Amino acid sequence: MSLLLDGLAASSGIAIAPAYLLVGPDLSIKKQHTADKNHEVARLRDSFTLTTKELRAIRQRAHQDLGQQAAAVVDAQLTMVDDPVLVKKIENLINEQAATAEWAVKLITDHYLELFERMNGNDYLNSRALAIRDLYKRVISHLLGTKLPDPAALDHRAILVATNITPTDTAQFDRRYVAGLITDYGGRTSHFSIMSKTLDLPVVVGTHTATKKINDGDLLVVDGIHGKVIVNPTEAQLEHYRLLAGEFAREQQVWGALRDQHTISRDGRRYEVGANVGSLRDIDTARDHGAEGIGLLRTEFLYMDQTELPSEDDQFKAYRQFVSGMDQQRVVARTLDIGGDKRLGMLKLPREDNPYLGFRAIRIGLAEPTVLRPQLRALLRASVYGRLAIMFPMIATPEEFTRAREILDEEERKLSRAGIAVAGNIEVGMMLEVPSAAVMADVFAPDVDFFSIGSNDLIQYLFAADRGNSRVAYLYQELHPAVLRLVKRVIDAAHAEGKWVGMCGEMAGNPLATPLLTAMGLDEFSMNSSQILPIRSLISHLNVRQLQPLVHRALAARSAREVEMLVREYVPILRKN
Amino acid sequence: MEKRDFTITAETGIHARPATILVQTASKYSSDVTLSYEGKSVNLKSIMGVMSLGVGQNADVTITANGDDEKEVLDAVAETMKKEGLTD
Repeated sequence: MSLLLDGLAASSGIAIAPAYLLVGPDLSIKKQHTADKNHEVARLRDSFTLTTKELRAIRQRAHQDLGQQAAAVVDAQLTMVDDPVLVKKIENLINEQAATAEWAVKLITDHYLELFERMNGNDYLNSRALAIRDLYKRVISHLLGTKLPDPAALDHRAILVATNITPTDTAQFDRRYVAGLITDYGGRTSHFSIMSKTLDLPVVVGTHTATKKINDGDLLVVDGIHGKVIVNPTEAQLEHYRLLAGEFAREQQVWGALRDQHTISRDGRRYEVGANVGSLRDIDTARDHGAEGIGLLRTEFLYMDQTELPSEDDQFKAYRQFVSGMDQQRVVARTLDIGGDKRLGMLKLPREDNPYLGFRAIRIGLAEPTVLRPQLRALLRASVYGRLAIMFPMIATPEEFTRAREILDEEERKLSRAGIAVAGNIEVGMMLEVPSAAVMADVFAPDVDFFSIGSNDLIQYLFAADRGNSRVAYLYQELHPAVLRLVKRVIDAAHAEGKWVGMCGEMAGNPLATPLLTAMGLDEFSMNSSQILPIRSLISHLNVRQLQPLVHRALAARSAREVEMLVREYVPILRKN
Repeated sequence: MEKRDFTITAETGIHARPATILVQTASKYSSDVTLSYEGKSVNLKSIMGVMSLGVGQNADVTITANGDDEKEVLDAVAETMKKEGLTD
């Protein structure tokens, strides 16, 4: 009978192969005393010497096969075994308590593990604990004269199953044979998970019970995409996963090749596909997925779960990390966008009957300069670390944009008077999400450096329908001609003034909208990182010039349904889904 | 004796990787080097010591060196901290 185990997806992909259990020898230690302390100290030193030698060999192999990052993980253990304080502590225990070398090593290891456990159980500390346990096993195996399970002994293609796979285990794998990895323990950011990404194997960690439920030789499916393991799968499950594995491999090939590429249509037009981010962690994900910039940096995260407003300095430090983290690629920061659905505890905002149409975003920014000004100063200071653009949310009238820009200019002048450097190339633009601004785009265009269409709000305001309300959500239609006409109007108005237009709502990542947006000339698309490569891949298939008739017909269509059918008619690769 | 104060700005504090590199750096010099944080002091040449301090983000730490190359070791440690992104 097939059995399903849930875990955490640590490295993507799918593998189907028999299990190979890596279960170690009995390394349990009993409390023992010695009559010959000098002998125990000598045994201890020998075991450390052997461990150092072993680790150096593993390090060499890790460096050759897996690169610098993997070697660094082994380095951490080499530094531990070389630690003068650690050896001294163990020797003291032998001498003071007449403990055997094994017992002394165990006591000291337990002491450190306990110490690390008490310091908040976050993942980084967990990785220290893993490294210490790994080292402990090695030292003890030398003291007991036993051999640890040797992953290098594997001589057929298999999926390794272990309680923990240690960094040094990973360094010993023969990559020809290891098809995937499953562990009982471990978190997403443990050293092992980080290393398994460099191995490019499907990995599921944290299953808790894998080593108990799986027997040597059981047929396994590792689904590293969803974090699942299937033991002894049925024929139907195998068929399903074979298809999925094939699809995954093909996509990886196509997308992987596009990761470091620009976004270019088949007929040679260049677009920018960037990421929406809302925390520092998102930056790594964005880069992993080949973002060509950050089209929307939501700054709200700095204000969430805080009792008071974040200081200018704290904001500066955070923005600097975003801006420098993307090298010289553009980072578009949106000033604080709260009110409506997003409320903050520290700002006492009055209750409103109609928050979506109320006091929010730039309306708060203009009325409460104590919120907006420090944020703008922090952004301006961060600008010298990369390529920053600033945009204001919810602009409804040209006066609002002019006022916001004046405040920005005032802060910039104050900074330069104080001798603080500000980049000379900051672009200043606005979110285009209020219909009045979209209609008046030609009036705004001369004064902005760019528009970013916030399609989510724009569509809701356009149809006067809350997409979170299931009774009226049907009115939220990204492909509706009313939306397309407005988007086209904005793009044309901006281009007439030589300005660029981006889109950072969900529509930007909707493949059915992509042919229309590219053909209408949208310059930049910003979306969740996971959508970047599929959209880049789609754009690379589009012949944008030949899509002009599609745009004309879509703008003249009567409904979103009709537009969708037109898109599928013109773009055959979109027909299947 | 040389002494220098640092503020750790890295989001993850002094975690395993930079700790290893700091210890490797300090171990190249003959001076005694101490890392102090919240009233506790450890040998900066001891990885177990450094890790057991659990230095997190925004921590103010002091590094003291005593010996023939005390100035050199502090310069090297300061440079390593910066390079590893621990300090600004």
